[in-house]
Amino acid sequence: MTTGVEMSRVAESYFSLAPLVAVLISLIAAGFILLSRRRPNLRETWTIVAALCKFTVVSSMVPTVLSGRYPEVTLLEMTPGISLALKADPLGLSFALSASLLWIFTSFYSIGYMRALGEHHQTRYFASFAICLSATMGIAFAANLLTFLIFYEVLTIATYPLVIHNESAAAISAGRKYLAFLLTAGGALLLAVGLTQAIAGSLSFSAGGFLSPSIGQTKLLALFVLFLIGVGAKAGLMPLHSWLPSAMIAPTPVSALLHAVAVVKAGVFGFARVVGFVFGPDSVTQIGATTLVVAVAGGTIILASLLAMAQDNLKRRLAYSTVGHLAYIILGTALASPAGWLGGLFHITTHAAMKITLFFCAGAIYVKTGRENISELDGIGKQMPLTMAAFAVASLGLAGLPPVGGFISKWFLVQGAVESGQLMLLAALLPSGLLNAGYLFPILIRAFFKSSKDFTNFAEAPPLMVMALLSTATFALLLGIYPDGIFYFYSLSSEAVASVLKGVAP
Amino acid sequence: MSHLPVLIPITLLFSAFLIPLAGYLRRDFAFAIALIGGCLSAVFSALGLLVVISEGELRYDLGGWAPPIGIEYVLDVLSAFMATVVTLVGSLVLLYSRRSILQEAPERVVPMYALAMLLLAGLSGIIVTADLFNLFVFLEIASLSAYALMAVGDERGPVAAFRYLILGSIAGSFYVLGVGFLYFSTGSLNMADVAQRLPDLYQSRAVVAAVTLIFIALGLKMALFPLHLWLPDVYSYAPSAIAGLIAPIMTKVAAYAIIRMLLTVFQPPYLRDVLPVTSVIAWLAAAGIVYGSIMAIAQSDFRRMLAYSSISQIGYIGLGIGLANPLGLTGALLHILNHAFMKACLFLVAGCIRFRTGQWEVSQFAGLGRKMPWTMAAFTASALSMVGIPPAAGFFSKWYLLLGGIDAGNWIFVATILFSSLLTAVYFFRVLEQVYAAQTKDGSAYKNVSDPPAGMLLPTVVLGAGVLLLGVTNSLIVSGVLRLIVAPLQ
Repeated sequence: MTTGVEMSRVAESYFSLAPLVAVLISLIAAGFILLSRRRPNLRETWTIVAALCKFTVVSSMVPTVLSGRYPEVTLLEMTPGISLALKADPLGLSFALSASLLWIFTSFYSIGYMRALGEHHQTRYFASFAICLSATMGIAFAANLLTFLIFYEVLTIATYPLVIHNESAAAISAGRKYLAFLLTAGGALLLAVGLTQAIAGSLSFSAGGFLSPSIGQTKLLALFVLFLIGVGAKAGLMPLHSWLPSAMIAPTPVSALLHAVAVVKAGVFGFARVVGFVFGPDSVTQIGATTLVVAVAGGTIILASLLAMAQDNLKRRLAYSTVGHLAYIILGTALASPAGWLGGLFHITTHAAMKITLFFCAGAIYVKTGRENISELDGIGKQMPLTMAAFAVASLGLAGLPPVGGFISKWFLVQGAVESGQLMLLAALLPSGLLNAGYLFPILIRAFFKSSKDFTNFAEAPPLMVMALLSTATFALLLGIYPDGIFYFYSLSSEAVASVLKGVAP
Repeated sequence: MSHLPVLIPITLLFSAFLIPLAGYLRRDFAFAIALIGGCLSAVFSALGLLVVISEGELRYDLGGWAPPIGIEYVLDVLSAFMATVVTLVGSLVLLYSRRSILQEAPERVVPMYALAMLLLAGLSGIIVTADLFNLFVFLEIASLSAYALMAVGDERGPVAAFRYLILGSIAGSFYVLGVGFLYFSTGSLNMADVAQRLPDLYQSRAVVAAVTLIFIALGLKMALFPLHLWLPDVYSYAPSAIAGLIAPIMTKVAAYAIIRMLLTVFQPPYLRDVLPVTSVIAWLAAAGIVYGSIMAIAQSDFRRMLAYSSISQIGYIGLGIGLANPLGLTGALLHILNHAFMKACLFLVAGCIRFRTGQWEVSQFAGLGRKMPWTMAAFTASALSMVGIPPAAGFFSKWYLLLGGIDAGNWIFVATILFSSLLTAVYFFRVLEQVYAAQTKDGSAYKNVSDPPAGMLLPTVVLGAGVLLLGVTNSLIVSGVLRLIVAPLQ
C-alpha cells in the first residue's frame, strides 16, 4: 500500500454556508427538542431528522473538498481582527463526517436504550446530545484557534449534563471530576491561544503551521506543552485521563458517541490541528516536542492497555482501551512522517467505528441483562449472538487484525514509526496489539466458549439497538475492506496529510 | 444636543423629587415615575453615546458659568459609555422591583423609589461631572441614599448599613481631603484644568498625599481588596431589589471614578511611571480576585456567595485598570459592562427564588431547575459567563485581561485570571448541581413553585439573554466604543 501523499495541488476556498448549516442544524434541533418535551415521539423525530440532515450536509461537501475547493464562511468578528470562521478542509471534514455519520446510528440506539430503561430527563438528554454535536461540528470546521476554543469549551459544558445524567452521588462526583480536568485544560488552552495571539498576531489555521521558528525553541516548547495539556485532557492523554473512566457512569450512548467519538476525538483532532496547522510538523520535531509526545503517548498506550486488563466493569475496560487508542492517534500525528499522519488520521475514523460498536454492545447487554461486569458474562454469546458477533468484529479490529479497519491504521502507524526513525516506538506499538487482544479476547472467550445457566435462549436487545450496533460493526469492517469505498474517508485523510506535509496552500 | 450631559442626572433627580408628591396621591405612581425617569435617562445616555462617538465630546457649563470658575459637565466616550451601562441596568432592575418591593417592604414603597432615583441621580452625576468637588457632592448623594436603602432590609440590614455608613463617611472625608490638597496645589477643581497644571507638581508632597487619599477613598467605594469589608453584609441583608440595583452598578461607578482619575486627572505617566499607583491597584486586585473566589466557595447563603463573587469580579476590573495598558483597560471596561449584566441577573435570580420560596440557602435549591425553568436558564447563562465559558460575555472580558497580562509580561496576573476562573466554576457549578441534579428530600417541598410573575421574570431573562448577546457582539463594543477610551494609553 502506498500513502497516496504524492497527490498535491493548489487548494482554494470559496464562500459556502454549508459548514455553518452543519453546525446550526443540531443547535436548532435542540430548541425543537426542548419545545416538544411533552411529546416523546415528536421529540425523537427531531433528533433523527437533525442527524440525517446533518450527515447529508456534511457529506455533500466531500466531492468539492476532494477536488481541492474548501467551503468557507466567515461570520461576525469575535474580537477585533479575529472572526468566528468556519472552513471545511479535508482534516475537519473527515472528523465531521465520522461524527455525523455515527450520530445517526447513535440516535436510533439512544431511543431504544433510553426507552428500554425508562430513563428520566430524556428531553435534557436529547437536547444536550444535539448541542454536543453542534459543538463537535464547530470544532471540526473551526478556521482559527479562537473559534476552535469557543466550540471546545461549549462541548465541555454541553457534555456535563450527560455525564451527571443519573443524578446519583457517583454521577455528580464523576461530573465534578470531569469539570475539574476539562475546565483546567480549557484554561491551559485559553492561555496557549492568548500567547499565540500575542506572539504571532494571528490565530488562523494554516496548513504546515504559522508560528515561525524564529520565536525561539524554549518559548515554542512551552507553548506546545500548554497546547498539549489543553487538548490532551479531552484526548485522555495520561496523566490527564482519569476523568474518562469515571465518566462511564453516563448512559451508554453517551459513552459510545461522546466518550469514544466526539469529545475525546475533539481532543486528538485538536492535537492534529495544533501540530499540523499552528506549529507545523517539522517545527514540532525541531523544538524537540516529538520526543516528549512520543514518550507520553507511548507510555499511555502501554499503561492504559495494562489498566484495561485490570477492569472488570466492561465500560471501564473499554474506557481504558479508548485512552490507549487515542494515544495512537496523538503518536501518529506527532511524527513528521506522511505514513504516521495518515495512520493517525485514519484511526480517528476507524477507532470511532470500532469503539462505538463495543460500547453499543455493552449497552445492549446492560439493557437486556442488567449486567455491567465482564465476570458475569459467561455464555452471553448464546443469548445475544448478534451483539457478540459485532463485539468480535470490533475487537479484532482494535487488536489490529485484518480485514477490519483497525489493521490499516495500525499498518501506517508502524510504517510512520519506521519512516521517522522512532524505532523505540515500535516497542510500544507492536506489543500493544497483543495487549489489546489480551483485554478484549477474554471477553469473547467467556461469551462464546463458556456456558452459563442464565443465558440459554436467544434474546436480543430492542431491534433499534441491535440494528445500530450491527451497522457500526459493518462500517468498521468496510473501512478495512474498502477504505475509500464508503464516503472517501481514506482520501480525505490522505488529502489532509498532503496539505499538512507538502504545504499545499489552503 | 448640548444639554445632554446635564439631562441625564437632572431627569433622575427630578423624578426623585416628583415621586413623593405623586406617590402621595397613589402608591403605584411611584413605580411608574421611577421607571419612566430611568428609561428616559437611559435614552439620553444612549443618545449621548452615539453623538459623542460621531461628533466628539459634549461640554456643558452649569448655570452658564465657564470653567474653571463654574462647574462643567462633560460627556465623552468614557462617561457616555458608563452612563449608558448604569441607566440601562438600573432601568431593568427598576422594572423588576415592583413586585419584589411590594412583598418585602410594602409600607415603604414610595420612599424607596424616591431614594432609588436619588441614588441613580448621584451615580450618573459622578459619571458626567468634570469637577472634582462636584464629584464629591454626587458621591455623597449616592452614598446617603444607598445607606437608607440598605437599612430597609431584614433585621440585620440596619447594622450592615451603619457599618457601611461609617466606612463610607471615612472614604468621603478622605476624598474631600485629597481634593483639598489638590486644590491648594493647583488652584483649580476642574479636572481638565487640574490635569494641565499637574505635570509641574509631580514632586509635590501635597499632590502625592492627594493621590493617596483619593485612591484610598475610591478604592473603598469600589470595594477593592482589602477595603471590601463593608460589602458582603450590605449585599446580603438589603432588600433583594435594592441589592439588585446596588450590586451591579455602584462599585462600578467607583471603578469609573478611578479610571477617570487615571486617564483624565492625574494621567497615566504620573500614576504608572512616577508613582506606583497602578501597580499597587493591580496587585491588590489580583489578591482580591483569589480572596473573593475562595470566600465565595465557603458560603452557603446564595446572596453572600454572590457578594464575595462581586469582590472577586471587581478584582478583575481593578486588575485591568492596574495593568494600565490598552488591552487591560479594554478588559476592565468590558468587564464593567459584562459584570453589570451578569451580577444584576444573578441578584434578580436570587430575588426571584426568594419571592417564590423564601429561601436563600443553596442547599434548599434542589429541584428548582424544573420548577422555575426560565429563571434558572437566566441563572445558567450568567453563571457560565461568570466562569468565562465562551461565547458568553464573561469569556471576552477575561480574554482581553489575559492578553493585557501577557502584554505586561506579568505571569502572576495571567495565572490569577486563569486560576480564579476555576474557583468561580467551583462555586457556580455547586449551585447548578443543586438546581438541576440534586434530589429533593421531600419531593413535594416546592409543589406550587413556578417562575415569578412576568414583571420580575422579563428583566431577569433579558439580562440573561443580554449576557449571551454581549458576548457575541463584544467586538462591536470594543472596536466602536472602548477603543476610543483606551486610546490615550497607547
